[in-house]
This record gives sequence, C-alpha cells and structure tokens, in this order.
Amino acid sequence: MSALAIEIPYWGQSLLRVLGGLVAVLLPAGTIVYVFLFKMMSFMQSRLGPMEAGPYGSLQLVAEVGKWLQKEDIVPTNADTRIFRMAPIVVLVSTFLLVAVVPFGPDAWFTDFETGIFYALAVSSVSVLGILMAGWASANKYSLLGGLRAAGQLIAYELPMVLAVVGVVIQAGTMNLQQIVVAQNAGAIFGFDGLGNPYVLTQFVGFLVFMVAMQAELSQAPFDMPVAESELVSGYMTEYSGFRFLIFFIGEFATAGVFAMIASTLFLGGWGLPFAWFGWDSVDSVANWMNVAGPVIVVTKMMAVTFLVMWVRFSSPRLREDQLQRFAWKVLIPLSLANIMVTAVFKVVA
Amino acid sequence: MSSPAEPAVDAARDALVAEVRAALGGAVLDSLVKPGDDAWIRVSTGQWRPSLQALRTVLGFHYFCFLSAIDWMPSPYGRGEDDPTQPPPERDATIRPGYCGGDTRMQVFARVVNPVTHAAITVKADVPDDTMTVDSVADVYEGANWHEREAHEMFGISFAGHPDLRNMYLPSDFEGHPLRKDFPLLARMVKPWPGIVDVEPLPGGEGGDES
Amino acid sequence: MTALDDAVLGDRQRLSYIASQAADARLNVELETEGMTLNIGPQHPATHGTLRIIARLDGEQVVWAEPSCGYMHRGYEKLTEVRTYPQVTTLVNRIDWLGSFANEVPFILAAEKLMGIEAPPRAQWIRTILFELSRVANVSLFLGDLGVQLGAITPVFLAFRDREYVLNLIESATGGRFHPNFDRIGGLKDDLPAGWITETKQVMRKLRNFCDEIESLLFGNEIFQSRTRGIGVIPRDVAMQYGLSGANLRASGVDWDLRRDQDSPMAWNKVSWKVHTHPDGDSFARCWVRLQETREATLIVDQLLDGIPSGPVMAKVPKIIKVPEGEAWVSTENPLGEMGYYVVSRGDIGPFRVKIRSASFNNISIVPWALRGVYVPDIITILASLYFILGDIDR
Repeated sequence: MSALAIEIPYWGQSLLRVLGGLVAVLLPAGTIVYVFLFKMMSFMQSRLGPMEAGPYGSLQLVAEVGKWLQKEDIVPTNADTRIFRMAPIVVLVSTFLLVAVVPFGPDAWFTDFETGIFYALAVSSVSVLGILMAGWASANKYSLLGGLRAAGQLIAYELPMVLAVVGVVIQAGTMNLQQIVVAQNAGAIFGFDGLGNPYVLTQFVGFLVFMVAMQAELSQAPFDMPVAESELVSGYMTEYSGFRFLIFFIGEFATAGVFAMIASTLFLGGWGLPFAWFGWDSVDSVANWMNVAGPVIVVTKMMAVTFLVMWVRFSSPRLREDQLQRFAWKVLIPLSLANIMVTAVFKVVA
Repeated sequence: MSSPAEPAVDAARDALVAEVRAALGGAVLDSLVKPGDDAWIRVSTGQWRPSLQALRTVLGFHYFCFLSAIDWMPSPYGRGEDDPTQPPPERDATIRPGYCGGDTRMQVFARVVNPVTHAAITVKADVPDDTMTVDSVADVYEGANWHEREAHEMFGISFAGHPDLRNMYLPSDFEGHPLRKDFPLLARMVKPWPGIVDVEPLPGGEGGDES
Repeated sequence: MTALDDAVLGDRQRLSYIASQAADARLNVELETEGMTLNIGPQHPATHGTLRIIARLDGEQVVWAEPSCGYMHRGYEKLTEVRTYPQVTTLVNRIDWLGSFANEVPFILAAEKLMGIEAPPRAQWIRTILFELSRVANVSLFLGDLGVQLGAITPVFLAFRDREYVLNLIESATGGRFHPNFDRIGGLKDDLPAGWITETKQVMRKLRNFCDEIESLLFGNEIFQSRTRGIGVIPRDVAMQYGLSGANLRASGVDWDLRRDQDSPMAWNKVSWKVHTHPDGDSFARCWVRLQETREATLIVDQLLDGIPSGPVMAKVPKIIKVPEGEAWVSTENPLGEMGYYVVSRGDIGPFRVKIRSASFNNISIVPWALRGVYVPDIITILASLYFILGDIDR
C-alpha cells in the first residue's frame, strides 16, 4: 500500500483486505458457476442452460441464491446440531484463509508470508475436517459413507499435491508466492526471455500431477466419490438445505476458483506478464497500473485452469474408491517424487 | 377368417413328449401337444419336484422360464360388473380344469426350456385342496425362489422346503390371497362398476356377429 | 392400541396386527446383527423406479443384499380378469413403459393364436417395425442412463436428444409417444401416415450415429471400462437357472434369440440380421451386447421398411371379440428380455387368467446372488447393467 499517495490507517487497510477477500472469493465463484456450470455444461450437453433470469440467464445465480436463502432451515432430529451447523462454515473458512496468500499485483496482496505455499497447503486440509463433520453429524448413513470416502480421498491426494509443489519451490528457490510469480516473469528459458519462465513448461509433470490432485481435492469427477450422486444421493451434503447448502455449493466453486488461482500463480505466472515485454527487471520496477491489471490477469488465468477442471468433470465417469486410492498412491506419488529428483538435479547442475 | 397353416402332426413335439414320458414314467398323468404351438404335461402332485428335477438333469431343460398357479374356480363376482342394488345373479360355480385335466381347484404350472434344442414344455400339477401345499423346486431351479414367493402370496399355496417364503409384493400384514377368484377386485367392491348406469348395447347387439 | 381400538377392531385384526409387528421385528433383528444396513431406495436417483435394495455393508463391501419389490405393484394379473381382450392392451402398455408397443405384441399374438386368426402380412411387418423402434427407444435411454449411474453426466442428454426422434416417429404413427395402444387382435388400429417411411430411415441413420458416438464416448473411456469389466460376472448355468433373458443371457455367452429361434408370425425371419453374444458375462459384456443390439435394430428397421408388403392392416374379426376356450403361451424378445403371456381363456369376452412373465422379474431375482461381496459403487454398476424397469418387475 506504499504506492498510494494517501495514508490509510491500519483499521482501514484491514477493512479493505476483508472486503477484497470477500470479492476475491465470491466473484470468481459466481463467474465460474455461470460460465462453466450453467453455460459450458449446457452447451456440452447440447442444450442452452438457463435463459430466463436476466439476459442469457446471467442473473440465474442471483435467483438461485435467493431461492436457497428463503428455504426452511431443516436440521435432522438425530443430528449433532452444533457440529451440523458448523460444518459448512468450516469448509468455507478454509477457502477464505487460502485466498489470503494469493498475490494479485506487485503491491496488491493480502499477506506476504515467507512460507506462503506451505501455509496454503496446510490450510487447504481444513476443509476435510468440515466434510467429515458434515458426514458424521448428519445422522444419515449415506452422509456417513460420503464423509468417510471424502476423508480417505482428500487425505490421499494431499500428498501428490504437496510433492508437485515441491518441484516448483525447488525451481523458484522460495516458498513466498509473490517471489515465485516474480521468478517466473523475470526469468528466462535457456536465455530466451520472451515468455518469461512459466513453470508449466519446465515443471509440466508437476503441473499435470497438481491438476489431477486438484481435481481430487475439489471432489470433481472422476474423483467425486464423496458426492456420488447416483449412489449416495448427495453424499455428505444430503441433509443440508437452505442457507447451509448454499454455503457448500458456493464453497465448492469458490474453492475451485481459489485452487485455480494458486495453480496459475505457481505454474502460469500469476498476476504478471513477462517482464521482458516492459523492460522491468525486478518487482520494484513494475509499474503501478499492474496493481489494477494484475487481478484481471489472475482471474483470466484462473478461468483457463478452471475450464480444464470443469471440462474433465462434465465428461468423465467416476472412479471407484479403491481405484482412486490406487491411482494416488501407486501412480501420482511416484511420478511426483521422480519429478522432484529431476528438478533437483537440474537445479544443481544448470 | 384366415387360419395359420398348422401341421396336422407335430413330429418334434410328439417326440419330445414321448421322451419326457419315458423319462418320468408313471409321474405323467396326461399330456397334450398342439401341433405347431406348444406341449403340455401334467404330473402327479407327489412327483412335481422329481419331475422338474428329471427334466433339468436328465433331459437338459436347464432354462427356467416361470412358475405360477391357476385358480380354476369361476369368480363368484363375475366380471365385477354386478349392480349392487340387485341381488347377485346365479353363476356357474363348477370347477373345470384346462389342458391336461386336473382334479383340484388350484394348479401350479411351470415352463422350462432346453437351451440347446430350444424345445419348451409346460408342466402342470394339482395342488391338493386340503393342504394347499406342493414341494418347492427352489433348489432345482434357483430362479423359482422368487416365483414361488409370488405364487404363495397371491394364491396361498405353500411350498414345502422353500428357504424363505415371505411376501413378494404385498406388505407383510396383508390379509387374503389376491389372485384367488373368491378375493374380489377391491376397486369394483368399493365403487360399483361405472358401466352399470346407462349401459348401451355393445356394437352389433348382444352376442356379436361377423362384421 | 387404545381401549377404543380394542372395541372397534375384532380379534382377527388384532392378531394380524400383532403378527405383522412380530414379522417386522424379526426382519429388523435379522438385519441388525453386524455391519451397517443401508436402504438403497425406494427413492433413489439410480434405481429405475421405486426399487428398494436392503444391503448389509461391512465398510464399503456388501455382505448381503436383497431387493424388496412391490412398491409399484398394480395387480395387473387380477385386473386382466375383469377386462375385455381389447382393453387389456391398454393395460399391458404400462408394464415396460419405455418400450410400450413391445408389451402389447405377445398378448395380441396369444389371443390371435387362440382365435385362429392371422393378421395380414402388412400388419405383421409394421408390428415388427414398431417393435424394433420401441427397442431402440428403450435401449437408447439405457445407454444414456448407464453414463449417469457411473458418473458421466453428459451422455444422457445426447441419448434423450436422439431418443426424441424415435418417440416422434412412434407418435406420428400411433398417436402416443409412450403408450401407443396400437395393436389390435387381427392387426393394427391404423395404417402408417404418408412420409413415415422416409422419415424413419433418416432417424435410423441418426440413431446409428448415436450408437457410434456412445461407443466411443462411453464404452471407449478407460474409467468406464475399469468400472465395468470383471464386475458382476454371471456364468451361463447360473443365468439359465434364474431365467435371465435378453442381452443379459447373451452376454454370458448363450447364443439364443427368440426372434431367430422361435416360429413367429412376425417378420423377423424375413430380413437378415446378427445375434450378438459376448463370452465374459460381466457388466461390460451386458452393456456392450445391448449397444450392438440397438444398432442391429436400426438395421432391421431399415430392411423392413424396404420390403413392407401392401395390403390391409386389419383382418376380418368380429365386432365383439370372444376368444374360444384354450390356453396359449407366446413370448417375444422384448427390449428387456423375454416377455411372455400365458393366456387362459374360457370362451368369454375377457381372459380367465393371464400370467405375465416379465423379463425384469427374473433379471432382478439374480441380484441377491450377484451382489455378494461387491463394493457399494458396484451395486449400481451391476444394477445398471442388468437393466430393469420397475413396471416390469412389479407389474
């Protein structure tokens, strides 16, 4: 905030950060729901999708939110009420905590941790707790099955995600997300700096592993066993209705958006364009307008990554739980370990 | 009225019935072959299970088509079209069995097929009026398990040796056996058949004639 | 039960109430021994209707599973006893409601057999065409639903889109998309409309494209294959004992198709087509055989359309149909399997007893055997591959 001419008191900065966080989570969630869930899925299925609410159905999400908000708040009789009520909030809180480390510009960031990505991976596991709470507290056998499946799956796929990120960390030499972005945009590939050094090119194996693990962390098909609609009705979300279900629903797509932002930060160069285009050489020399353009660029890259996630989700059948676990432990983890070794060798040699 | 060209004699089915009679011996009480159509045999009640066993193991009728029962008593309610304000009309209550005869009110019948020769045969057996029990063939043909459950709940026939004779379709506290002829069609009991009022003569007059 | 109830109810009712409570309690005690008892259904997105499966689970593995039918039992066999022969067609349309025309045909053929009437050739050919169209409509929904039950949400929309063409064809010929009620004893209600043949040929081409699309989109998908191959293997002899029919039987390696192996007045033996079998007997085999049969059905329709004989569509039958005394059994290769009617007639205007042998009843009777020791997701896969319609099970 030092680039601004006026001095904003600390409480003002915190308020701006909170509002910014809300926007950073909810706006991408809404965009993803409309563009991908309502429109892209419909076009893939040879139909139009919502067209009534607003031009081309753009206000459908407003209608949906209104619908969910005015529904009756049902808590099952046998449910553990306090935990039942807390579970969706736990899931959404982890998303907000996650977006705190995503940098949106050279000076437009919420927090600047030295161990940014480490914090992000740790906090992303909090949602598993929320899902388990929802599954158990619902007093419903379907929810319990969904919750247990989710626990097994999400914990299994944390490891490939972490290991994929380790490759990026080795290559960047830092866990600070802002510096990872700068390292990608200021860097050069074999002396050619026209593209910067987006780690998707050098860490393509890590990128693939991260994308697959992300698909599983988000419980999207082919890894949507926890919410296997044709078997468990709605998995851990079965007993939720009204506002609480809305939180789960928004949380699902908000988490998708935030994870995509992190993926674009780690692999696609985050808020930046290659510095060589503008003749910048470090983060201090980046122009001020990048603070405004940065968020737009992050959102664009996030939409590209989410497109891949949603594309696979709408077309693929789901894997069975044991096949899913086998895939994580026997395929993804060895692959990411090999990636780390190769990266480390290159880092030392080159 | 055109008729399909039926062979006067159906050699294949006649040979089939002869083979079955030879294998089952005295169990077969009666048989019927309709040429070009089908073959029926009726076995004695005590030989119901051994006959089906022999059909499967000796004669190769491995495919189990279905098993059910027929209640030969004419319904005392007629076709459910009685006017409730009038006394019920006199109806013929004699029990006349169908193909291959029969001595009792109820009969079980099953159809089994030979998958190799595609020969099929319908086997009937009487159900004794006093005990209403026949042997279960659920161990001969595993698929008969469900069919016997359905026949039990619908007709009240007990199948001795059936592992689990629960109701198939109806709730466990249902009273009565719906497919018996003396169990009325409840919809017609609750509300009289709408056709009683303003009945117009059927087209062509009573009894119908060639158009 | 209050004193008032005691006064109002008689002894019999009280005893039956006690007996039913005891029966339910016994069932509950039997089920609650170990593991978790899960009710799949009767309201469930994956069962084709109100089927309830009581499964006792040990973690994710099924220890014991039992279908509980009857939620849609409409008492058809009792109803047929008070109906006249033409009225029964309306009734039996609704047994397998996805391929409705196919349900009418065996009953009409049985009544015609008893009366000694044969429908004119044009009627038989059109009957066969509509029969195969109902097969295409029925199984294309199955193919789409297969994706949904395994998690792929897109193929079902493609299936419904292409199925609409077939339903429109059936509607333009018979007047009803789902319940045509078109077959009559002695022939058909009406002749085909003008331009129907050309349109049907175009639609069959579209359906063949759909079959190719589904084959590459769904059957070629590695996840689909890993979910269905080796799951729910049913060997030949077990299939025979339970009376499995249709694609389920042919997927276990039995080369038996009633259209080819039975004498029938319908027109199947007038055209050339293949019977598809598969040696494996697993879920993939059953789904694959159905897909091939759909494609084959479109080819049959094409050939039949080329050769429809001209002539009347209705034989001379009396105004009031009275079927002479006798018993007749006719079964046909319906979309779901072998469906047959055992019609007992007493010379009246309505049947004396009709035994409806529906394919899904036998197909589902194998579920307790097939579901031992499988995982919960495999329950859905096996049920999906066996393919049943609730109206067919429960009648």
